[in-house]
Amino acid sequence: MRTDINTFLGRYPFRRAPGGSPQALLESMDRTDIAEAWISNLSAIFWRDPTEGNGVLYQAAEFQPRFRPVPAIHPALPNWRDALKEAVERRAPCVRADPTFYALEPDGSEMRALAAACAGAGLPLLLAVRLEDARQRHPNDVAAELPSSAVRALLRTDPALRLIVTHADKDFVEQVHFGSTPPEAQRLLWDICWIWGPPEDHLALLLKTVGLDRFTFGTGLPLRLPENSVAKLDLLDLSPEHRLQLESGNLQAFLAGFRS
Amino acid sequence: MTLIDVHAHFFHPAGPRADWAERNASRLKAGERMGITCHIASILGSWGRTSPTYFPSPADLSVGNETLLALQRGLPSQIRGYVCVNPNFGSHALAEIDRCLAAGMVGIKLAASRRADDPLLDPICASARSHGVPILHHIWQHRRRDWPGQEASDAAELATLAARHPEVVFILAHLAGGGDWLHSLHAVRALPNIYVDLSGSGVDGGMLEACIDAVGTGRLLWGADITLDTGWAKLRYLEHLLEEDACEAIRWRNAVSVFPPNSLLAVSG
Repeated sequence: MRTDINTFLGRYPFRRAPGGSPQALLESMDRTDIAEAWISNLSAIFWRDPTEGNGVLYQAAEFQPRFRPVPAIHPALPNWRDALKEAVERRAPCVRADPTFYALEPDGSEMRALAAACAGAGLPLLLAVRLEDARQRHPNDVAAELPSSAVRALLRTDPALRLIVTHADKDFVEQVHFGSTPPEAQRLLWDICWIWGPPEDHLALLLKTVGLDRFTFGTGLPLRLPENSVAKLDLLDLSPEHRLQLESGNLQAFLAGFRS
Repeated sequence: MTLIDVHAHFFHPAGPRADWAERNASRLKAGERMGITCHIASILGSWGRTSPTYFPSPADLSVGNETLLALQRGLPSQIRGYVCVNPNFGSHALAEIDRCLAAGMVGIKLAASRRADDPLLDPICASARSHGVPILHHIWQHRRRDWPGQEASDAAELATLAARHPEVVFILAHLAGGGDWLHSLHAVRALPNIYVDLSGSGVDGGMLEACIDAVGTGRLLWGADITLDTGWAKLRYLEHLLEEDACEAIRWRNAVSVFPPNSLLAVSG
């Protein structure tokens, strides 16, 4: 059972990126043995109200049991608490926010309020460090990357908050992990999509230094080929048990921590 | 199954990295798992320790090239080398090319020491032509401004050079290594002597389809650079996209066609 927490439906405004339809996503999942995908709305990240894209996610998940919706919450909009309430009612596994794309301070008062509300609701908050390599972004795609300081700051806002962070590289992971106390770091789960394999072996190193239980499978589909995250696992010397942990076990444990 | 990585690197003790041996071993170990039969590699001088990585001194280049020759001699069935030179030191570059090709290297590597369309590169291209070897040229995919530490070229500048030297094969380095790859594909589409190396950390959805559309499968070369996992991902996706024959061309046959005859014989089945 391989769960991909980092996939998108929809279109990317800055380049052609085929594969954002539900059918195309399913085909990619079948090709790479991904059983379940957590879906975010790629188009809506760039809308003034990204929560307008949540309905499509709920609908897709309703018709396709292999999808689980990751609704967006924009904590500077008047409706954000309703959107969070709906996410809880519809049993979303987490919610996401993309503060730099919303032109918000990533650890400003709005995001801190959202973090506290997520903690209170028992829902993890998903944050993406980036969507594309900074060197190739469109000249008008100027939103900053998520800074590691913001993740550290948000972690400290509420002891019940849990964060899932996607698209982080080795340096980012290390700066947050070792810039946090062990109990704080336990409330973080990282996806592996942006962490390099051999010969630099960043992922192998992080599994040892940060801990295997802090990572989970994610791809960034359709902006990125899902084969990459599978290849990273294939290049590690992992026992079947550890591989299963990375593919879904750590995620299940992370979510179970919320339910308990 | 043969698989040739046209864009590999090795490290050495004269560079700044304490983990140089681990990284070299990791490349070879991962390569075995992936089925890489040949790593065609370069060493960029001292990798920044005693001269800048992209502006390597002649002395550092000689040390790096010599180290690579030793690696090639040590693993003759797995490693081939590009002789790395700095066009700002023309006499040294030409002498180093003669020396290293005579010793068994198979191509020339140009980093980012001088723009690709600069006349200083012409003698190096003439040497490549006379030796019958390709030039792997470091490229920033659509350079919009200068970046510190390098005088990076983009595909438009490489295209200018390639048009001046139609009998030389140029390999556009790491299409997926950062920057706007679509810009590069547009720039090289009409230049039959520019081959596209697929290496780099990027695994963008839609990129490989765009490559095939721009230059066909006959001008694509598989490579990994410093992220073997992304190289393997692209290879796996190509195997999904293409018929076996076209995939074989990208895996190794195109590479065999651009390097000197028989130079990859031991590694190409």
